[in-house]
Amino acid sequence: MRYMPHTAEERQAMLEKIGVASVDDLFVDIPEDARLSGLLDLPKHAPEMDVDAKMLAYGAQNLSPSSAPSFLGAGAYRHHVPSVVDHLIQRSEFLTAYTPYQPEISQGTLQALFEFQSQVALITGMDVANASMYDGATACAEAVLMACRATRRKKAILSGNLHPHYREVTETTVQFTDFGVESLSPSVDGVEDLAAGLGKDIACVVVQNPDFFGRLQDLSDLADKCHEVGALLVVVVTEVVSLGAMRSPGHMGADIVVGEGQSIGVPLSYGGPYVGLFATRQKYVRQMPGRLCGETVDQDGTRGFVLTLSTREQHIRREKATSNICTNAGLCSLAFSIHMSLLGEVGFSKLAKLNHGEAVAAADKISAIEGIDVLNDTFFNEFTVKLPIPAAIAVEQLASKGILGGVPVSRLLPDTAEFENLLLVTVTETNSDADVDQLVAALEEIANAK
Amino acid sequence: MSIKYTKDHEWITVEGDIATVGISDYAQEQLGDVVFVEVPDMGRELDKGDELAVIESVKAASEVYAPIKGEVVAVNEDLEDSPSLVNEDAQSAGWFAKIKIEDSSELDELMDEAAYKEYTEGLS
Amino acid sequence: MLNNVGRPTRPGAASTNGDAENTYTGNRALNLETPLIFEQGVKGRVGVDMREPKDVKSRMGGLERETDVGLPDLSEPQVLRHYVRLSRQNYSIDAGFYPLGSCTMKHNPRINEKAARMKGLGDIHPMQPVSTVQGALELIDDLAHWLKTITGMPAVAMSPAAGAHGELCGVMAIRAAHDAKGEARTRILVPESAHGTNPATAALCGYKVESVPADANGRMDMVAFEAKLGPDVAGVMLTNPNTCGLFENDVKKIADLIHGVGGYFYCDGANLNAILGRTRPGDLGVDAMHINLHKTFSTPHGGGGPGSGPVVLSEALAPYAPVPYVAKGDAGYFLQEYVEEGANQSFGRMKTFHGQMGMFIRALAYMLSHGADGLRQIAEDAVLNANYIRVGLNDLLNSPFDGVCMHEALFDDSTLKDTGVTTLDISKAMIDEGYHPMTMYFPLVVHGAMLIEPTESETKETLDMFIGSMRHLIEKAQTSNNADFFTQAPKFAPRKRLDETAAARSPILRWSAPEEA
Repeated sequence: MRYMPHTAEERQAMLEKIGVASVDDLFVDIPEDARLSGLLDLPKHAPEMDVDAKMLAYGAQNLSPSSAPSFLGAGAYRHHVPSVVDHLIQRSEFLTAYTPYQPEISQGTLQALFEFQSQVALITGMDVANASMYDGATACAEAVLMACRATRRKKAILSGNLHPHYREVTETTVQFTDFGVESLSPSVDGVEDLAAGLGKDIACVVVQNPDFFGRLQDLSDLADKCHEVGALLVVVVTEVVSLGAMRSPGHMGADIVVGEGQSIGVPLSYGGPYVGLFATRQKYVRQMPGRLCGETVDQDGTRGFVLTLSTREQHIRREKATSNICTNAGLCSLAFSIHMSLLGEVGFSKLAKLNHGEAVAAADKISAIEGIDVLNDTFFNEFTVKLPIPAAIAVEQLASKGILGGVPVSRLLPDTAEFENLLLVTVTETNSDADVDQLVAALEEIANAK
Repeated sequence: MSIKYTKDHEWITVEGDIATVGISDYAQEQLGDVVFVEVPDMGRELDKGDELAVIESVKAASEVYAPIKGEVVAVNEDLEDSPSLVNEDAQSAGWFAKIKIEDSSELDELMDEAAYKEYTEGLS
Repeated sequence: MLNNVGRPTRPGAASTNGDAENTYTGNRALNLETPLIFEQGVKGRVGVDMREPKDVKSRMGGLERETDVGLPDLSEPQVLRHYVRLSRQNYSIDAGFYPLGSCTMKHNPRINEKAARMKGLGDIHPMQPVSTVQGALELIDDLAHWLKTITGMPAVAMSPAAGAHGELCGVMAIRAAHDAKGEARTRILVPESAHGTNPATAALCGYKVESVPADANGRMDMVAFEAKLGPDVAGVMLTNPNTCGLFENDVKKIADLIHGVGGYFYCDGANLNAILGRTRPGDLGVDAMHINLHKTFSTPHGGGGPGSGPVVLSEALAPYAPVPYVAKGDAGYFLQEYVEEGANQSFGRMKTFHGQMGMFIRALAYMLSHGADGLRQIAEDAVLNANYIRVGLNDLLNSPFDGVCMHEALFDDSTLKDTGVTTLDISKAMIDEGYHPMTMYFPLVVHGAMLIEPTESETKETLDMFIGSMRHLIEKAQTSNNADFFTQAPKFAPRKRLDETAAARSPILRWSAPEEA
């Protein structure tokens, strides 16, 4: 077996040194009736060539967005990832290092994390960010837990237009704690009164911007109303490219900003691994979940970086930790950071404008189709389209033409008749005019068939 | 009244009906460099044995317990910017909180200087 | 050169003693420094070319950003060089021996990386119609089959994102199962040698954590365990093999006892590597166990993640598994994406999408490469290597518990007593020897613990060299007047020991522009 070096002679020599007759003598602590004598009922080892072929075969059964016009979003977005990113994250020193617990020989990971934290703080308009979470939805759940701890209150209000999976993960996470959430109903026209439920018992209000249907809103008034009663405003960003063009959540008064960082540097990979972003105000630093990297000096007085404030974490606080989280999304946060470094101020802003421009042009073409409406007054690169037929059927028809036309709202919000014909359409820099024209032609066919 | 100690290494001194609480010099030495102290909110009503504060070093976090029952009437705000006061002057400038005493008989259960010295010597 | 908080940004820059070893640049030949990315760049440079945005009327409702973000502008080669230089300041498994106990730092095969990037796997969207991703769902189902077969368990929840997330999944299933029976149990028993994630997880599920001490053999103390059992106990969380590197030989009795009071048996599967193909958790009475794909099945640690933590479940807990999950129907594979009365009793959703697909691909490639025969060989060689290190060092270092170990060898610091040298100092001296240190001061039940896990990837030559190096260091520590050598280590790393107290007392967690500082 190519990954294991010992020859039979070496194994024998090692057993002799240990002072046992056979390898079975090393497994004597396993209860006798639970020991396996033969092999598991699985295939035997395979050459790399065969594994390669098998994996290619799995991939070949799927319709790849790389070879089909794709307009999918709803929390995961297809963007061009510069070649440099994937090359760098595959460098052995990044790929095969552990968590940087030995800072003297982990400055590469640590400095990269410090830069990542700085980038996330800058784009969200917040003071500090952590070294990343599993994904956007888990970051959202952690934000609610943190807000409850920081305010010593027990209830969170979730906007109805929060991504349904973020709502579900948050509800699942808090269900066995002392904390509770109240979720408002989704509303495609964006009408909801989040401030109505505010009171001295509310820890936080969670709102997504752009929201699940793609709509943008100014959250400054809501922030003020939250702060009047001592509640925190948690802002969720699922499409982080929007921050290149939009006023930042921090600017609008957010206390915690969480988001999905996948759009920058991380491949779609059928939903994971992704990178959760988590940023907040300086005064809440010690309430934050997850790893933090901080600047310090070494014995010679040279700047260096270490994991810090670890007394918040599970390996020290155990059952009193701020979270049970033990990892961050290390390599994905590195990919994010490299891509963001390549973009810089100029590139990040241009990428956002490019996305918005493509989306506006596509929305104009789609809304010109008779029988099909674009429902959004505002949007960034994703908008909601009303079709004459159920969207779940439409996407199958589009897929049969080789087009990944969007995400049916009903897939995430089932059992609501009002949402049945709604399709979320995302347009990014990866979509050409020809892609959009193909989608428009296919939608026209659907509209005409009705 | 002179200084008294608990088995959890809190010290307490009393002036009138106000007790000042901190951790002992022995305790700060055991903890190493203190990097953060979470003091209680003003006005909090504590029972004897309730968590009064959390004290953090780089690698450990320890709870500090109220040695007596009472209301928190003052906290040491200097600790926020200078947690090192606990290391430098644990039994004076490094105090944590002042508590309004409800039942002074609780003080009788605590150790005096000599008893605490004997107690800590038994620990090492 | 000082940064905006007055800290030197490169070695030697703060030196006032005219150290002859300092260079003008702060670099030393191949040891190349790089400032923060924010301290580089010139406004107007760009590292990504793209077409011009369309000239459209904004639909952003007047919410356009009016100020700069504050990011630096660099060209592509500048960014490349920055990260190449950073990478060279990291130790890695590819570069050297990484005997970090309980972390299973094994070889990370590159076919796994290749497969994860294949067209149709690395680039597919989680919300594609399921008809267009049948291959992806089949892959997940095949991986599930391997995991169930290896563990002898009937079900597996694939979506947890990491080990601790898997623990949360398992304990939530336990809580949901008790709740479904209308039982309000309050306590979870956790051995004191457990990972910190265990008690943190139990607390998140509303349980009071009770710690069970270890016995003189490094196993859970059965007398103490039995004394704590009662009808209010929801379950026990046991790591097996445990964090002392030992197999809990009373595991079946533990399972029977916890089941006897109506509780469930959560097994922390962090150390599954040691028992692959030799025993199955399903035969040991386990109800739930997470599997760290990033340990046992070689998905890369990536400097701290991402991981992946599927959870195998017994018949009793399977109905409560989180959504989404893959199932097979008449029209092929499909995804059950929501809690649905009649379809399941799921406790809910744990992750934005379906799980860490990129890690599933890598783990399956690894399993296919090994097969049933290779998986068993992994456990045997991992245990062989650990025992080889144990006997290579146990005349100089004390093994706190007698007998053979599993995949990792544990020592305490008793033979360093009165030398002035600590476990930490030995670790830092190992860095100068070109090794990543072992896990230290864990498990907490052993004083000055040194936990060494070689894994099956290492050659006998590597182990012999390592044993020689450790013997050299320990003998040196035990010889008088060498304490300074150790307390000043590491000498040859990119940085000397770092001031963690300063970092924690006044945390600097981000770069700030000079005018803001």
